[in-house]
Amino acid sequence: MPRSKDHLKERAKKVLERGEAGEIDLKGYDYGEPGEEEVKPEELPEKLLRRAEEVGIDLGSVSGGTYLQIDHNVAYTMVTDYLKKQGVLIMSTLEALEKFEWVKEYYWKAMPVDTDKFTAMTELNLRHGYFIYVPAGVKIDRPIQACLMMRTKRIAQPVHNIIIVDKGADITLVTGCAAMVNEGLHIGVSEFYVKEGARANFIMIHGWAPDFNVRPRTAVIVESEGTFTSYYVNLYPVRNLQMEPRVYLHAKARGYLTSILLGKGDSTMDVGGRLEFVGRGSRGEIISRSIITDQATVIMRGRLIGRATEVRGHLECRGLLLSPNARSKAIPELEAVTEGAELTHEAAIGRISEEELNYLMARGFTEEEATSLIVRGFLDVGLDKMPKRLQASLRSILDTVAKLSKG
Amino acid sequence: MVTLLRVERLRVSVGGREVLRGLDLMIRNQEVHVLFGPNGSGKSTLLATIMGLPRYKVKEGRVLLLGRDITKLKPFERAKLGIAMAFQNPPRVNVKLGYILERLVKKYDDGILNELNALGIAHLLKRNLHHGFSGGEIKRVEILLTLLQRPRVALLDEPDSGVDVDSLNIIGKVINKLVDEGASILLVTHMGHILRYIEHVDLAHVLIDGRIVYTGEPKEVLNIVLKKGYSFFKDASRRREVYAEIEGSPKGKS
Ligand SMILES: Nc1ncnc2c1ncn2[C@@H]1O[C@H](COP(=O)(O)OP(=O)(O)OP(=O)(O)O)[C@@H](O)[C@H]1O
Ligand SMILES: [Mg+2]
Repeated sequence: MPRSKDHLKERAKKVLERGEAGEIDLKGYDYGEPGEEEVKPEELPEKLLRRAEEVGIDLGSVSGGTYLQIDHNVAYTMVTDYLKKQGVLIMSTLEALEKFEWVKEYYWKAMPVDTDKFTAMTELNLRHGYFIYVPAGVKIDRPIQACLMMRTKRIAQPVHNIIIVDKGADITLVTGCAAMVNEGLHIGVSEFYVKEGARANFIMIHGWAPDFNVRPRTAVIVESEGTFTSYYVNLYPVRNLQMEPRVYLHAKARGYLTSILLGKGDSTMDVGGRLEFVGRGSRGEIISRSIITDQATVIMRGRLIGRATEVRGHLECRGLLLSPNARSKAIPELEAVTEGAELTHEAAIGRISEEELNYLMARGFTEEEATSLIVRGFLDVGLDKMPKRLQASLRSILDTVAKLSKG
Repeated sequence: MVTLLRVERLRVSVGGREVLRGLDLMIRNQEVHVLFGPNGSGKSTLLATIMGLPRYKVKEGRVLLLGRDITKLKPFERAKLGIAMAFQNPPRVNVKLGYILERLVKKYDDGILNELNALGIAHLLKRNLHHGFSGGEIKRVEILLTLLQRPRVALLDEPDSGVDVDSLNIIGKVINKLVDEGASILLVTHMGHILRYIEHVDLAHVLIDGRIVYTGEPKEVLNIVLKKGYSFFKDASRRREVYAEIEGSPKGKS
């Protein structure tokens, strides 16, 4: 074994030895062993297909490529011949690390392994995750889809995803993560490398369950003139979800993060985003919209850090409270390390006003229709930044969010 | 035939204050009625009460639509029965105009795009309703939404206030269209500019201190309002002069 790998494990162990506090007990879950038992898509149970569909994944479709992982098992991977010929790779990260020495150059390079106990635990108990490589100049029109499904109760699914979009390449990645059981822990480390002039559109849709703890750990390096656009939607209740994807924007790079959160039931969600403008002339935007109902709590964070000149960033967090016991907090942070960084933010948390409702009722909408119109209108952000061909399906996912918010 | 809209002995309070103090009104099919009155006299209150906005509490009297008592109905129920209102000061609504239009009409087609273009408001589709709209834009959007509801009774609260000459003409056309399509109109105006563009106006009412003090021929009422002001109507002792000023007896005085 190469020494560097041992070194990573040592660092990870140290983090766990520190015994970080927190409400999630990592030992309370079963980690199993990584598996590679192939399941043909036509053999997948109807229930799983439907669940995948809810989080935007169509396993029956001919996408550019597909990765499906169920629990700790890589069930299915597919790359179209056309993309294979162009050198596109889609496989499990464990497989990629074994096959290609160069993958190590990207392993824990954007996100330090000792970031927290979740990254450490993932290094020590890696259970796959997807690896995607798109060679320089390859522009893929059809989306590549990755689906991480959890089907067994009380297991942990620590995955490490690595996505490399080489110079001038262009991809759209749709990932859907869903649970078919009530209880579990999902840790998803994702490292994105968007090289010079490349573009990655990243759509992530979560459909968890009320007793799930979820810890995505995402870092994105966008090289000069590259673009990273992410669109995140959380549909169902969770026990506790916390994430703060970090995006490093080099010279003239662009980064856009949109998140749509539906906080229901007893969910606690703490979702942020961090844009670090490390290169001159980089730009970016973080937009979040949360609908909070029942007894749920949603914290929206956002951080813009200007470390270079001529950078421009905007942060916008809005929460809409639909029930008296719903709670929300917006924590925007701006930090301009250099002169000439133009960083702005807006934050607002509110309820639907009586006046607005009465006005719409005078226009002939029932109270329920008026509420859903306001909710749906509230969610309508960021779609124009996504590829045209995906806008319709994202719109229908937003319709679902509006419907689900009703109870 | 049953009267389309009838307001009987209406007493209404807003924010704990009695604003309408015993008011009667009757509007028949496809009639256009104009309502004049000083600021704060209760014109918007009357319209909002007919629409059923919950802030306006009916203490006495009732509102009838085609003989049916609708005093207790919710605004959307009244809207479904054919009452629509163009608000004087609509609230800002956090929904894009385009969305509202899509949901308001069953068929979102070229016809609506034409209307939007004719009213010069197509550029507002992607903006949240009334957020940062100009005064004239608010009026034009309100009248369009009212038209699209295909109402039987259209309550138009100062559609001509703060509106430029060209827009006045366009808004007048929409009002004529409303009548052509079978609606009756109750129109509030201060200066009466809009009346020049409306093909036919049946009656004018003067509302002072929560009561209709005079009903008559629209042109003549407007003349007095503009020339002599409302004090003329207020002073009961001079009421006779008012009548003298207007030749003949006022028609349809309720
Ligand atoms: N929500 C409210 N709370 C308290 N008072 C109110 C409320 N709404 C209206 N009023 C009062 O009721 C009275 C009548 O108001 P209304 O809006 O009906 O007048 P109006 O005749 O339409 O006046 P304008 O010509 O200025 O539009 C006013 O004195 C106003 O201040
Ligand atoms: Mg008024």
